[in-house]
Amino acid sequence: MDSYIMIGFSVFLGAIFVGGAILTSKLLAFYTPAGQRKVQPYECSEEPIGDARIRFKVAFYIFALLFLLFDIESLLLFPCMKIFRAVVTDQAGGIGTSVLFAELFVFIFILFFGFIYAWRKGVLVWE
Amino acid sequence: MNQLPTNHAFPTHNAIGELIRHLFPGGAVYINGFLTIASLLLLVSILPVFLIWLERKVAAHFQARLGPMRVGYHGLLQSTADGLKLIFKEVLKPEGADTFVFFLAPTLPATATFLVMTILPFDRHLQVADPAGGVVYALGVSSLSILGILLAGWASNNKYSLLGAMRSGAQMISFEISLALIMLLIVMLTGTASLREIVLSQNGTILDWWIFKLPFLGLIAFVMYMISSTAELNRAPFDISEAESELTGGFATEYSGISFAMFFFAEFVNMFVSAGLATTFFLGGFLAPQIGIGAIDAAFNFIPGFIWFFLKTFLVIFLYMWFRWTFPRVRVDQLMYLEWKMLLPANLVLLMSSGFFLAMGWIL
Repeated sequence: MDSYIMIGFSVFLGAIFVGGAILTSKLLAFYTPAGQRKVQPYECSEEPIGDARIRFKVAFYIFALLFLLFDIESLLLFPCMKIFRAVVTDQAGGIGTSVLFAELFVFIFILFFGFIYAWRKGVLVWE
Repeated sequence: MNQLPTNHAFPTHNAIGELIRHLFPGGAVYINGFLTIASLLLLVSILPVFLIWLERKVAAHFQARLGPMRVGYHGLLQSTADGLKLIFKEVLKPEGADTFVFFLAPTLPATATFLVMTILPFDRHLQVADPAGGVVYALGVSSLSILGILLAGWASNNKYSLLGAMRSGAQMISFEISLALIMLLIVMLTGTASLREIVLSQNGTILDWWIFKLPFLGLIAFVMYMISSTAELNRAPFDISEAESELTGGFATEYSGISFAMFFFAEFVNMFVSAGLATTFFLGGFLAPQIGIGAIDAAFNFIPGFIWFFLKTFLVIFLYMWFRWTFPRVRVDQLMYLEWKMLLPANLVLLMSSGFFLAMGWIL
C-alpha cells in the first residue's frame, strides 16, 4: 500500500513539474497578436483544404480491436504466470500442475486460433 | 536488511536516513520517498538535455562529423540553450484546434514517463515505489503516452498531424503486445512482478542474468525486447510517424515552444525508461557484474549499484542510437508485417517453449 501512496505523490509532483514548465513558458514567452495567416494549419504553404477531421483507413480500427484482444489476454495471463514457477516446482499449496496447464492451454489456444482466423481472413494485410 | 518497509527509499541506510528515522519514526518512509521523488525530478530535468546532446554527438561521430562544438565544452550546453530558446517561444494554437485537448496532449506523455520512472530500481534502496505488480503498472502507465500522441494528432486540425498520430498509434499499440508478452515471459521466469525482486532474482554471476541464463531463449527475448521497444519509442528504423519526407513533423507538426519541448522531453525520458527496463529485466539491474574471480568481483562490488544501473542503461541507449544510424526506415506495411506475422507468433512460441523448459526443470 505504501508503494501506491508514493505513486500518488509522484502523480502530484509530476503534474506540478509539467504544469510549472508550461506556466514558466507562459510567463516568459513573447506573444505577438495572431493574424489570420499565423494561425492557419500548416499544409505545405497552401491554403488548407477543408477540415482535418477526415475519414481514415478502417484498418486502424481493426488493428485496435486485435490489440484490445491481445492486451487483455496478456493482462489476464499475468497472475497465471506469476504463480507458474511456484506451481511447477511444487511450492504453491493446493494448486496442481495439471489444473494450471489445462487453464493456460485452453486460454492460449482459443486466442491462438482466433489469431489464425484473423490471419486467414486477411485482416493482417496492410495495403 | 530483511525487515525493510515496502518502500525502499534511498537515504534509509545512511546518516541522513537514520536522522530522519530518529526524528520522525512514523513518517520516515514518506519523507524518504519524497526526497527520492525530488531527486528523480532533478534527474528527469537533466536527462533529456544530456540525452539530446548525446544523440547529436553519436549521430555526428557515426557520420564522421563533430556535431555541436560551440556552446560549452564540446557542445555540452547546446541542448540547454535549445531548451531555453523553446521556453521563450510562443505556443501557437492553429485555427479550428480543440483548445483543451491541444494543450492537454503534451502533458500526458511527460507525466506518464515520469510515473514509470518512479518504479525503476536504481539501487538496492533507491526506488520511489515498488508495487507488487510493478510490471503491469509499467505497462499500463506507459500506454498513456500513446493517448497523448493520438490526442495531439486529433486536436491539431492538421492532416499531417492526424495521419502521423494514427500511424504512430497503430504502431505503438501493435508493438505494445510483444512488449507485454516479453514482460510476461520475465514474470513467468522470475515468479514475481515486482521490479526489485526481478533484479534480485539475477543475483550471482554474470551468467545468472536473464539475457544469458536460458539456453539462447533469453538472448532471443532480449533481441525481441529491443526491436519492440524501438518501435514503441517511435525511433528509427521504425520512425514512420515522424517520417519528414512524407508527413512533415507527424503528430507534432502544429506544436511549438514549450508544448513541442514537452513531446521531445517525454521521448528522450521514455528512451531512458525503456533502456532502464531492459537493464532491469535482462542485464541484472543494479547488480555488479560478477565473473567468478574474487579480486575483480570485490572491486566491482565496491562500485555503488546505481552507477552500474546507469552504465548498463546508457549501454542500451547507445544501442538504440546505433540502430538509428544503421538501419534504413521501414515502410508502414512492413512494420505491421513484422509485428503481427513475425514477432507476435514468435513471442507466443517463445512463451510456450519457456514454460515447457521451466516445467521440465531445464532452467536453473
